[in-house]
Amino acid sequence: MNNRVQEMNEDLVMPGEVAAAPETVRNAGPAAPSPSVQMRTNGGLGAYMRKVRAITRKELQAEWRAKEVFSTMTIFGILAVLVFGMAFDLRVPKSDMVAPGVLWVVLLFAGVLGLNRSFGAEVDRGSLPALLLAPMDRSAIYFGKMIANLIFMLAMLALVLPTILIIFDVNMIKTWILVALLLGVLGYVAVGTLFAAMTASVRARESMLPILLLPLMVPIFVAGVALTAAVVDGRTLGDFWRWLGVLSAYDLIFVTIAFIVFDMIWQES
Amino acid sequence: MSELIEIRKVYKRYGRKSVLRGVNLSVGAGEVVVLLGANGAGKTTLLRTVSGLSKPDRGEIQLGGASFSTAGYELRRYIGLVSHTSLLYDNLSAPENLNFFARLYDMQAPAERIEWTLQAVDLWRRRRDLVRTYSRGMVQRLAIARAILHNPPVLLLDEPDTGLDQESAEMLHQLIRKLGADERAILLTTHNLERALAWADRVCLLVDGRIVFSEKTANLTGDELRRQYREAGRPA
Repeated sequence: MNNRVQEMNEDLVMPGEVAAAPETVRNAGPAAPSPSVQMRTNGGLGAYMRKVRAITRKELQAEWRAKEVFSTMTIFGILAVLVFGMAFDLRVPKSDMVAPGVLWVVLLFAGVLGLNRSFGAEVDRGSLPALLLAPMDRSAIYFGKMIANLIFMLAMLALVLPTILIIFDVNMIKTWILVALLLGVLGYVAVGTLFAAMTASVRARESMLPILLLPLMVPIFVAGVALTAAVVDGRTLGDFWRWLGVLSAYDLIFVTIAFIVFDMIWQES
Repeated sequence: MSELIEIRKVYKRYGRKSVLRGVNLSVGAGEVVVLLGANGAGKTTLLRTVSGLSKPDRGEIQLGGASFSTAGYELRRYIGLVSHTSLLYDNLSAPENLNFFARLYDMQAPAERIEWTLQAVDLWRRRRDLVRTYSRGMVQRLAIARAILHNPPVLLLDEPDTGLDQESAEMLHQLIRKLGADERAILLTTHNLERALAWADRVCLLVDGRIVFSEKTANLTGDELRRQYREAGRPA
C-alpha cells in the first residue's frame, strides 16, 4: 500500500464517512484558491441510491426541457387508441371485449419509442462515457434509467386510460387494473431498459429493440390482458391472483437478471 | 518525481487492426505530457485505455500504483477526461450539468466548487443558459470544467484545444499549467506542435501504435520537433 492512490484511499475509504480529497489535488485553479472537494467514498447502499436518484432526476430534468420521450409516447398512444377505436367500431359488437387488448398493445408499442431514446440519446450526443467513468457500480445507471422510464410510461398511461374510456366507453381506471399495469410496466421497463442499453450502439437500433424485446414480453402481455379482462368482466378476486403472480415473478426475475448482467454490457474486450 | 500514470507494454487491437503495439509511457505528478501523432496513430485509444473505458489486450496500466483490476471502480474517481465529445447534456445548464456529475462523484455540498470551476473556465456569466445555446468553444470549456470538477490527480485531455479561439486556448494553457503545478499528471493530445511545446514538460510522438520519440520540451526547439514529426510520418 505504498503507492499514491492507495495512500489516498487510506484517507478516503471508510464506508459512509466523509473524506477530504487528497492534499495534492486540492487548490487547483487559475486565480482564486479552489474550494476543497469533499467526497464520500464507499458509502454503501446510501451512496448507490443517491447515484440512482441523480440519474433519474437528470433524465426527468432533461425530458422536461426536451419533451422528447413522453410527448412522443403519449401522442402515439392516444393516436393508436383512436385508430383501434375506429377499426373495431365497424365490426365488434361489445367494445369491452377488445379494450383490454388495445390497452396492452398500445402500452407495448408506445413504450418501445421511449425505450429507444433511453440510451440512444446518450450514444447520439456522446455523453455515455461520462456515465461509465463515474465511480459507481454501473447497475446504478440501469436503475436510474429504469425508474425514469417507469415514470414516463405511467405518465403516458395516465392520459391513455381516459382516452380509452372516451373512445371505447370502458372504464379501466380500477384498482386491480392499475396494479396489473404497474407490475406489467415494471417488467416491461426492466427488460426494455436492459435491451435498450444492449442495442444503443447498434446502427439499426430502432428496429432491433422491438425485434428483441417484444418476444420476451409475451408473458407480460398475456398476463396483463387476462387480468385486465377479468376485472372488466367483473370476475372474482380468485381469478386475479394467478396472473398477478405471473407478473410479479416476471418482474423479480428480470430485475435481478438485469442487475447482474448490466455491467457486462459495457465490458469492452 | 513519483509516477502517477504508468503504461507498460500495452497492446490493443480492434478486429484485425493493431492500434497500440507495446506502448510504454509514464507521467509523473506535476508533469504535463503531450502525445503527438497523425490521425489513427492510436492517441485516442491510448487515452480511452488509460481511463478504463477500454481494456488493453495485453500489458498493464497503473494509476498511482493501482490498476482497475485491483482497485475497481473507485479508481475512476482519480481520473478526469476530456473527450472528443463534450460528455455533457444539452438540455441542462452548466451548473445543472456539473451538479449532476458532482452527485455521481459523491461530492458533498458542491455549489462552491461548481461556482469556482465555472469561474475558472469563464462561464459563470452564462450559467443560466442551457448548454445547447453555447458556442463550440464554450462547450469545450465546460467539458474541461466537468473534467476538473472533482479535482482528479490524473487528467486525460483528448485534443482539448479543438474549437477554442486564441483567447480560450491561452486560458486553457494557463489552467493546464496551474493544474500540472498542483502535482497532477496530465496526459493530453493535440495536433498543434506549437501548443505542444508551450504546454508540455515532455512530448511523445505516437506512430502506428508505438511511441517513437520522447523528449523534454526544455531540450527541444520548434524546428527540431517539426523535423521529428515529419520524419516519423514517413514510411520506413
